Amino acid sequence: MRIGLFIPCYVDQFYPRVGAATLRLLERFAPRLATQPWQSVEIVYPREQTCCGQPMANAGCVEEAKPVAERFLAAFRACDYVVGPSGSCVAMVRKHYHGLIADEAARAQLEAKTFELCEFLVDVAQVDEIAGNFAHRVGLHQSCHGLRELDLGRGSERMLPAFNKVRQLVAGLDGIELTDLDRPDECCGFGGTFAVFEEAVSCMMGRDRVADHRRHGAEVLASADMSCLMHLGGLIRRDGEPLRVMHVAELLCEAMGLRIDVD
Amino acid sequence: MSAHAVAAAEFVANGSRAAWHDQALWFIRAKRDNQARSLPEWEHLRELASQVKLHTMSNLAGLLEQFDENARRLGARVHWARDAAEHNAIIHGLLAERSVRRVVKSKSMLTEECGLNPYLERHGIEVTDTDLGEWIVQLRDEAPSHIVLPAIHIKKEEVGALFHDRLGTAAGATDPKYLAEAARQRLRQKFLAAEAGITGVNFAIAETGGFVVCTNEGNADLGTSLPPLHIAAMGIEKIIPRAADLGVFLRLLGRSATGQPITAYSSHFHGPRPGGELHIVLVDNGRSSLLGSEDFRRSLNCIRCGACLNTCPVFRRSGGHSYGVTVAGPIGSIINPARDAAEHGSLPYACSLCGSCSDVCPVKIDLHNQLLTWRREIVARGLLAPAKRTMMRAASFVLRRSWLYRAAGAAARTALRISPRWLVYSRLNLWGRQRELPEPPAKSFRAWYDEHQEGR
Ligand code: SF4
Repeated sequence: MRIGLFIPCYVDQFYPRVGAATLRLLERFAPRLATQPWQSVEIVYPREQTCCGQPMANAGCVEEAKPVAERFLAAFRACDYVVGPSGSCVAMVRKHYHGLIADEAARAQLEAKTFELCEFLVDVAQVDEIAGNFAHRVGLHQSCHGLRELDLGRGSERMLPAFNKVRQLVAGLDGIELTDLDRPDECCGFGGTFAVFEEAVSCMMGRDRVADHRRHGAEVLASADMSCLMHLGGLIRRDGEPLRVMHVAELLCEAMGLRIDVD
Repeated sequence: MSAHAVAAAEFVANGSRAAWHDQALWFIRAKRDNQARSLPEWEHLRELASQVKLHTMSNLAGLLEQFDENARRLGARVHWARDAAEHNAIIHGLLAERSVRRVVKSKSMLTEECGLNPYLERHGIEVTDTDLGEWIVQLRDEAPSHIVLPAIHIKKEEVGALFHDRLGTAAGATDPKYLAEAARQRLRQKFLAAEAGITGVNFAIAETGGFVVCTNEGNADLGTSLPPLHIAAMGIEKIIPRAADLGVFLRLLGRSATGQPITAYSSHFHGPRPGGELHIVLVDNGRSSLLGSEDFRRSLNCIRCGACLNTCPVFRRSGGHSYGVTVAGPIGSIINPARDAAEHGSLPYACSLCGSCSDVCPVKIDLHNQLLTWRREIVARGLLAPAKRTMMRAASFVLRRSWLYRAAGAAARTALRISPRWLVYSRLNLWGRQRELPEPPAKSFRAWYDEHQEGR
């Protein structure tokens, strides 16, 4: 069985640690997918991958997004699973490739095998609770696409039974204290090019999110989506807020003592 | 920058006002959550409402005819208006024939959409908006900023100053009770003097020919009880098939709009009152072309509860006026480009695509997906700003070539590392105005993987 590591372009370029942490977690938990002793579970990183095409697709530029989406499809064609550490990029592949990929059957197949990291760990690898130690007050930032498009949790607008796959993975760590928020799942204001073209609103949204986390005493701001954290982290650094920003994959690796040897 | 981005930046620049606006609307969103939670069948109701609306939209012509017939049988006169101009002309004609000079009007976004007030005023007819919020914005010579809470952008201190100026209330008065009472007194005179009452329509029932107007102040009743002439203006999408469907919508509307179990007054009108006249104006104004569009048809399900505005993090922080249209917020950003894509083509971009609107909408309109679809439509019609298109072309060119992507990434990271701060954080760098860029690592993930992982 082949698991394809999907490292979105901005993670590849700016957050190699997050890519490495994702790989380490998969190395740790993916072997349990083997149902027979002779079955091997291989984690591959297809080199031809670049980007899922979300920036272009979100701008409405279908023609520009198509070749990028086709490249993605080709890069992961030989994989049984595609797993990536970014809710919004995974949502792009799962929910918005319609009309971008010429081969309908191939698109359906790709959709069915693509997972966000936490979702993959919970739903496919059947990881219940992770043993480890992380003695900090942690605020979880919900990524909108993870929440509302991938159903990683139940959004506060919906009147349905509560669940949260990201929270579930970290909640069992020793010493961890998960903080609550006044607005549990409001958007951070990143939104891709929105962050640039609606800069004023985007930054106000981000500052409000950070303030909500600070008000509730978070020391670490964690999320399953690095794109939200790129925006929030940028504000946190500019404002000198005493908050550490971590992707959930990094957090889990640190808690489990898995070394991420990226400088 | 788009018109919305510019206006939004101005709104945000007044930080305390923007924060206050955001909190006022979030408070209502929270009230809505409490009310929705109190109904175990909430999600079921939403599904039911969306099914009824879907059925309605696929039978719209027949249902409208049925309504027309039944309303006439009840003694109402029914008029059909193709667009805003016809709507205004019909209403003006009715008023002029009866030499009406003074009109009271309860809340109706449709008449706003059609520009009825200025039109009638140009013809020497005085129109008084009787919804308190609408009246406040009317006194300020402004447009409503929100479909349910038209004066939500105005603070009570400002209302106090306005009333002091226009109604002679005590200087510096801010007590909402006192101010509301002053408004009530003045509006009462308007009600008594009016020769005609205009209302909107929340739900028109095909099966009976009756219709319902929902208000919290009872002003639809007041405005139609005294004058002999009642004109009700409705968009053609306001129709529902049966009286039995009404309960579904009334239960959803109040809860979604203001977090009340039900709107305070749901006034039912079945034909004219004895000795009076009732006219119903059915208005298309672009709605049938929406109906003809596979992609955007569902936006006609909208019952104008305003929940998507209240939940929208962008609307809350940029204010309704920043959208420059009658119906602002997520739903407005779908229906306005349909009317004029060139004029309103930037509205679908005034959105972070968070999807909260879709999940809050009581009739399950997939708002954020329709906004995304609109963006595709804007590009297809060649209406995207050329600079943005060029940017996307360049990105696509790079991202479809793995080697070029690698080279460009490395170059960008190096440039970021070695460039002086003033160069990186120049005026052109909108990202960096208030935010730091990510700290560029020496190696990409790919490079690290090649070094550490191969042969492991
Ligand atoms: S789109 Fe939905 S949430 Fe928004 S105003 Fe209409 S009915 Fe309400």
